[in-house]
Amino acid sequence: MSQAPTKNGRPCVEVKDLRKSFGGCEVLKGINMEVDSGEIFVIMGPSGSGKSVLLRHLVGLLASDSGTVSIEGNVIDSPEILSKYRVAMVFQSGALLGSLSVAENVGLYLREHRLKKPAEIDAIVKEKLAIVGLEGAEDRMPTELSGGMKKRVSIARALVMEPQIILYDEPTSELDPLISVTIGEEIVKLREQTGATSIVVTHDRDLGFGIADRMAILRHGELVALGTPDEVRSSPREEVQTFLNATFQRQSITETQ
Amino acid sequence: MFRDIGQMVILAWRTLCALPLSFRHLRKVIDQFYEIGNASLLMACILSLFIGGVLALQTGPIMVERGLSAVVGSVVGLSLCKELAPVMMAVLIAGRIGSAMAAEIGSMAVYQEIDALRTMNIDPIHYLVLPRVIAVSIALPCLVVFSILVGWVGGGIVSSANADIAVPWQAYFSSLSRVVDNWAVLNGLTKSFVFALVIGIVSCHQGLNTIGGPRGIGRSVTKAVVNSIVLILIVDYFLTRLLLQLDF
Repeated sequence: MSQAPTKNGRPCVEVKDLRKSFGGCEVLKGINMEVDSGEIFVIMGPSGSGKSVLLRHLVGLLASDSGTVSIEGNVIDSPEILSKYRVAMVFQSGALLGSLSVAENVGLYLREHRLKKPAEIDAIVKEKLAIVGLEGAEDRMPTELSGGMKKRVSIARALVMEPQIILYDEPTSELDPLISVTIGEEIVKLREQTGATSIVVTHDRDLGFGIADRMAILRHGELVALGTPDEVRSSPREEVQTFLNATFQRQSITETQ
Repeated sequence: MFRDIGQMVILAWRTLCALPLSFRHLRKVIDQFYEIGNASLLMACILSLFIGGVLALQTGPIMVERGLSAVVGSVVGLSLCKELAPVMMAVLIAGRIGSAMAAEIGSMAVYQEIDALRTMNIDPIHYLVLPRVIAVSIALPCLVVFSILVGWVGGGIVSSANADIAVPWQAYFSSLSRVVDNWAVLNGLTKSFVFALVIGIVSCHQGLNTIGGPRGIGRSVTKAVVNSIVLILIVDYFLTRLLLQLDF
């Protein structure tokens, strides 16, 4: 897949020939892509196509078999280099620490790195929770929250880091359509407020086309489409069209029966 | 197995290197210490009382029969001090606390909480392993001291109350104090400290390497307890030899 031009020619994240196998099964087959500073880049594809594996490489949670991931031109090959950049990740499950309250989860980064005084941390936590519409939830435990609330707490926790790059792993999975729209709006709003580069992995077509500046379609570990939403939508490749136009054909099922 | 051993050595080394940061995690150390004490004190008390009693019951009549009633207290006291209390408490803590450590950290690994820590540049070894290893390393020797004292009392009760032994309470403790000195207690404490490190490192290692959902967590808990107990017994043998050579 040839590399589509970036939006403003300044790649913030650059992936070159990234390959990863698990037990002889190649999950990523030479991924090449660039993400601009401040853009919302969506990676879509069916389940099992390697989207989350790709995302985990970007945040250093997995090491590649070959190929490189660079941030602002620096190859990320050790946790020390990655720690120079503020890269936050919103996990599919929220990944909130179950033994901590909402406020403790959101303030964890600042508290553990001793970046602010406790009173300041409390104020920042309140502010970030307000951004995601969860004022007053400070003392609640993760088990008391719905799926959507957990994701929003996870976003608030990411925002506390004042990240340069935010990675979202399936931000709308398991959520109803109304909450999905809210989460999508949050992602766009946050980009406007913070200017952070956002990389969103999803198989939700509505979300992907709704928020993306540029997007890629991943299938069987390969990028089969890369470009603006309109370019991807008009891709001539069959697998892209199959993914984008898959609908539930009830009539054909009943006729077959 | 060799990979596991290698990983545990690396984990132990990284935990050791993180020791200067321990004051930053004081709150977590205190929480863990409280958790260990709270979970184990009653159990340790019952166990020690009866083990002391059983030891007196097993050795007492034979010794009295051979005219050695004056050393019943010494045998019970020294056995508890140097061997039984450290090993027994270590096994108790491996089952009670090691399993909880492996389960808690394992569940955090499975539900991506540890990944979340890593994305926030929070080292899981500093945040999770260090406080637990420090807490168990302090708590286990304290429990051993408690266990020794309760075990002595248990042995004393049986020695004086059992008609086949009938060694008076005062004679029992006088015999005990003749043989058991500070070095003997220190011997037990040294062992318990090493056992605590084994429990902490093995359990945290199993927890951090948990994969595969609830079944994986169960597997990690089992492995943490079994591996800890096996290692405790192996280490106990070599440590005993070493301490004997040092005339400890």
